[in-house]
Amino acid sequence: MAMSAGRLIRNGDILFAGTGVAMLAATVAKKIHAPKSVVFFETGGVDPSLDELPMAVADSRVMSGTSINSGLIDAFSIVGHRKLRTIALLGAAQIDPFGNLNSTCIGNYWKPKVRFSGSGGACDAASLASGFIVFMQHDKNKFVEKLDYLTSPGWLQGGESRRHMGMVRGGPLAVVTHLGVMKFDDQTKKMYLAENYPGVTIQRIVENTGFKMDVSKAVESVPPSEDELRILRTQVDPQKLILGSGLG
Amino acid sequence: MIDSEIKEKLMSPQEAVKRFINNGSQIAIGGFTINRNPMGMIYEIVRQRVKDLHLVCHSNGQALDVLIGAGCVKRVEIAYGGNGRFAPTCVRFRKAIEQGEIEFEDYSNYQMSLRFLAGALGIPFIPTKSGLGTSLLDVGGFSSAVRMERKVAPKKLVVIENPFDENSNKVVLLPALNPDVALLHAQYVGEDGTVRIKGLTFADLEQAKSADSVIVTCEEIVPRSFIRTDPDQNSLPPFLVDAIVKLPMGAHPTACAYVYDYDVSHLNLYKDVAKDNQRFQEYLQEWVFGVANHEEYLDKIGMDALLKIKADPVLGYAPGLDRR
Repeated sequence: MAMSAGRLIRNGDILFAGTGVAMLAATVAKKIHAPKSVVFFETGGVDPSLDELPMAVADSRVMSGTSINSGLIDAFSIVGHRKLRTIALLGAAQIDPFGNLNSTCIGNYWKPKVRFSGSGGACDAASLASGFIVFMQHDKNKFVEKLDYLTSPGWLQGGESRRHMGMVRGGPLAVVTHLGVMKFDDQTKKMYLAENYPGVTIQRIVENTGFKMDVSKAVESVPPSEDELRILRTQVDPQKLILGSGLG
Repeated sequence: MIDSEIKEKLMSPQEAVKRFINNGSQIAIGGFTINRNPMGMIYEIVRQRVKDLHLVCHSNGQALDVLIGAGCVKRVEIAYGGNGRFAPTCVRFRKAIEQGEIEFEDYSNYQMSLRFLAGALGIPFIPTKSGLGTSLLDVGGFSSAVRMERKVAPKKLVVIENPFDENSNKVVLLPALNPDVALLHAQYVGEDGTVRIKGLTFADLEQAKSADSVIVTCEEIVPRSFIRTDPDQNSLPPFLVDAIVKLPMGAHPTACAYVYDYDVSHLNLYKDVAKDNQRFQEYLQEWVFGVANHEEYLDKIGMDALLKIKADPVLGYAPGLDRR
């Protein structure tokens, strides 16, 4: 997952990383695919050395070897900065066909079946960044027709609805799961299957998606090279802090 | 030499809670998830069995979870309740919401930070482009009765057209926050009362400037000559601070950048006991009620554990710390 996302990053992008796999992916992108990209965190740390993988966006490791350390308001002024191509890397509990995200609750908001952490900076990054990439477990209970709560705006109802709502840029670029990579149609803004991982059938992806998704454009992903895997396992996450969760 | 002005502000955590924190107080807690939470003060609030707190939070972690678990909290306005990899969703926070034990309402980190900024600037609201089209706008957490109460905004968020440009588009208006108390932990306070936070300041400064009273706990009280030599590094002037509490290791088990890392074994222990009501009560009994004060708490944590998390003063964390 981290590797597939890393490949979507352009060299020179300004990367906003959330917690967990998102942080791993940002570190992978920086160390392997886009060494000129800059990773920064909503807490205010810009371009840390990332010699050790942070375990939260407030980890002292996001403040170490940085260009500057500031705070939340400064960080969000970077996320939405008109001069920059900023890409946010986000996780979520639910996603709908237009890439809107729920990281708040499952079930009724006031008496939820499961309560999650809430937006944090995800809604802000999804609203303000030039684009965002989502990391999810591929499961039909998570890929749903209708969200229980819309925490972070994707393409809203598709088409031009995001722009009509008042957002000047941004939107989801891709969804990376443990089965494949999804992207969004340029016109309808609906999710389609772009890549299935080697060994993963399209049928399996369809069965694990809770809505009807176009799979006609899917191609098989290029597997990670020995070199990429070695860097991931020995330099990025040697203690298996995130790889150990089975989500890497 | 300690200035006479700061002598009156220097106090124990016990006194700071008694003087500034009441049942029902609205509190903004400094730090972020697992860094620089003012835990020493949080434990004292629990010991004094303060009730019905109204917390206003961006991303609060350990401090939020302990206060909710200990039954001190009635209401939260929050962007994120999590402890990074230790608890992607804070355990007692999650239970309290799922079981309907607290009143809550959701915002985002930027929105909450801007609400503090508006409070600090003395303006009633502030616009943002964040949150358009989301449930944050149209799903209110509080009942209309709660909205009548003191320090609760009568409306959640309001969307308007840009009044300066009819052809432009919508913005979200956020109500300002002016909490009763801001509680934060800093590395240094000078003998003159100047506060210096090292590392990321999160939204601590906006929170402090927006609050009616400010309590700062610190690792060290440093000489005036030290704090005034490099003033570019300083965070708050003395006159914004009402109480200063010297609490070395006062953010434990969360980190305090450049001084110590988070205590992995304690946070793992916490994550484990927090899942079970009975064991969580035993944890509070052992680690909060069972120790009379911060010194006894540190004795109980033990020198070995504290040395293990000692930060490299240049890197800011404990390199090579086993974090599994």
